[in-house]
Amino acid sequence: MKIFKLVFKNAMRHKLRSALTMLGIGVAILLFGLIRTIISAWYAGVEASAQNRLVVRNAVSLIFPLPLAYREQIGKMPNVENASAANWFGAYYQDQKNFFANFATDDNYLSIYPEYRLPPEQKEAYFRERNACVVGRKLAERFGWKLNDAVRLTGTIVQGDWDFVIRGIYEGAQPTADETQFFFHWEYMNERVRQDFGDGAADNVGFYVVQIAKSANPAQISEMVDANYKNSYAETKTETESAFQQGFVSMSGTIIVAMRVVSIVVVFIILLVLANTMAMTARERMTEYAVMKTLGFRPLHLIGLIGGESLVIALGGFVLGLLLTNQVVSGFASFLVTANLSAFFPVFELKNSTITLSFIAAVAVGLASAIFPAWRSVKMRIADGLHRIG
Amino acid sequence: MPNHIVAVNEVSKSYRRDSLKIPVLENIGLSVPEGEFLALMGPSGSGKTTLLNLIAGIDRPDSGTITVANDEVTRLSESQLAVWRARHVGFIFQFYNLMPVLTAYENVELPLLLTKLSKKDRDEHVKTALSVVSLSDRMKHYPKQLSGGQQQRVAIARAIVADPTLIVADEPTGDLDKTSAVEILTLLERLNQEFKKTIIMVTHDQRAAEKAHKVRHLDKGELV
Repeated sequence: MKIFKLVFKNAMRHKLRSALTMLGIGVAILLFGLIRTIISAWYAGVEASAQNRLVVRNAVSLIFPLPLAYREQIGKMPNVENASAANWFGAYYQDQKNFFANFATDDNYLSIYPEYRLPPEQKEAYFRERNACVVGRKLAERFGWKLNDAVRLTGTIVQGDWDFVIRGIYEGAQPTADETQFFFHWEYMNERVRQDFGDGAADNVGFYVVQIAKSANPAQISEMVDANYKNSYAETKTETESAFQQGFVSMSGTIIVAMRVVSIVVVFIILLVLANTMAMTARERMTEYAVMKTLGFRPLHLIGLIGGESLVIALGGFVLGLLLTNQVVSGFASFLVTANLSAFFPVFELKNSTITLSFIAAVAVGLASAIFPAWRSVKMRIADGLHRIG
Repeated sequence: MPNHIVAVNEVSKSYRRDSLKIPVLENIGLSVPEGEFLALMGPSGSGKTTLLNLIAGIDRPDSGTITVANDEVTRLSESQLAVWRARHVGFIFQFYNLMPVLTAYENVELPLLLTKLSKKDRDEHVKTALSVVSLSDRMKHYPKQLSGGQQQRVAIARAIVADPTLIVADEPTGDLDKTSAVEILTLLERLNQEFKKTIIMVTHDQRAAEKAHKVRHLDKGELV
């Protein structure tokens, strides 16, 4: 027999109590994991941002366009490897509730985003056709789209029906890549704008995505781009892609802070649940601890015994919570798709960092819950523990 | 002149209850020769368990010295005392105090986990101890599956498994029926006579005391 066997046997001594405590911890871990997953999903765009990509937009506001001519000028600037024009298109499919991100992008765009993996033959087919489009895997699944399907979108910014043929379905190279987007040729949009609204409305770009050399300083290049268009009729604001995405997320910053606070409160609740169990357990076992001390077991043995028992329960709760979280996150991700809400959380999955954080929380709570009972057992006089003073 | 294994010199001990100081032992002196079977008797509150605890190193006197097996236990630190107890003292309690989640075998093995014995050696020691108390066939039983007498025999096996210098027993028959009590006393007698173990036993039971070589009475904190 080893001491850890005694630890495990002690943890399972009151099966119902231990099971209920583990269930309580499991539910708290579920809540913690779910909140962290929502926060991660909120920041998915920021996390997916590359350090060597800048976004250039109109300095006044994102809704004001930039001239198409900037693309060539920016592309020629030092340390700039590529520049791509894109417009937020704001169309929907069949019904307004079928909202998703759709962009008119020029031919450079996909090469700047290597994380969107598209088979070469699909890429070739896309570039060959004027009204071709590329859609993300999740978006295709959401609407049951397949390769070569004809799709009609209804424009809200450039109004009217827009017909496309799906020539590519991309997949994310990593889990954080957004697979719910829709890209089509910027020229296709520009031609129609010119046709419907005249030359004055054409050749306007919503924003540029600029790929810079890996060794380049993003801040310096941003300053250089903005300085170049200083006092022009369309001044620019250039920032890293991460800062650009952060700008959207920060609008809901207070909610995120509140959620973070709730996740910390949840950890505190776990602590209370387990600390209560461990305190009860230790109180019941004071005589046993006294006997062990009598037999020669030292304070470190008792600390190990109580801490180990607390950890076994906490980790049991963690495993249960992880299984629950995995199921609930998968279910919630499916719900987001069926409820047409995946555009708000394009990447909704249990991340390794959330699992690690939950594990750390469980271990920390397990250890913290053992502090008081362990301290009591160490401080207890053996004679008091044996209840015999005569 | 016999070799004294226990020497208690001018030991006093009192407890505090709130602001009240309750004297339990006053200037006690006691010598126990090696191989002795000593019974300590006395009414409740006379201080016999306290004296036993002091000799066994699980409590400390206010004054005086206690030497057991040439070690002055009153000078040892808490951690030194823990090591010392594991090496020199085997404990038998009134209520057996076995770990309910461990089998008889595992309960007896418990003190050996503190030693450097190999698993094979531990197994040998445990089986020998259980055979001495005639419980070889119950080694896989949990305490709740054993009678009171059997549980006390497991506790005795646990007390002797590390081959201690001294066995202390606090009312070992206090929770047992007459038959079981006789069995336990016979076993203690055998440990003393056959295995030459020094035993100090606290008891209320006159029949138990009769098994001892020597009986000392405590009354109001004094040996009489």
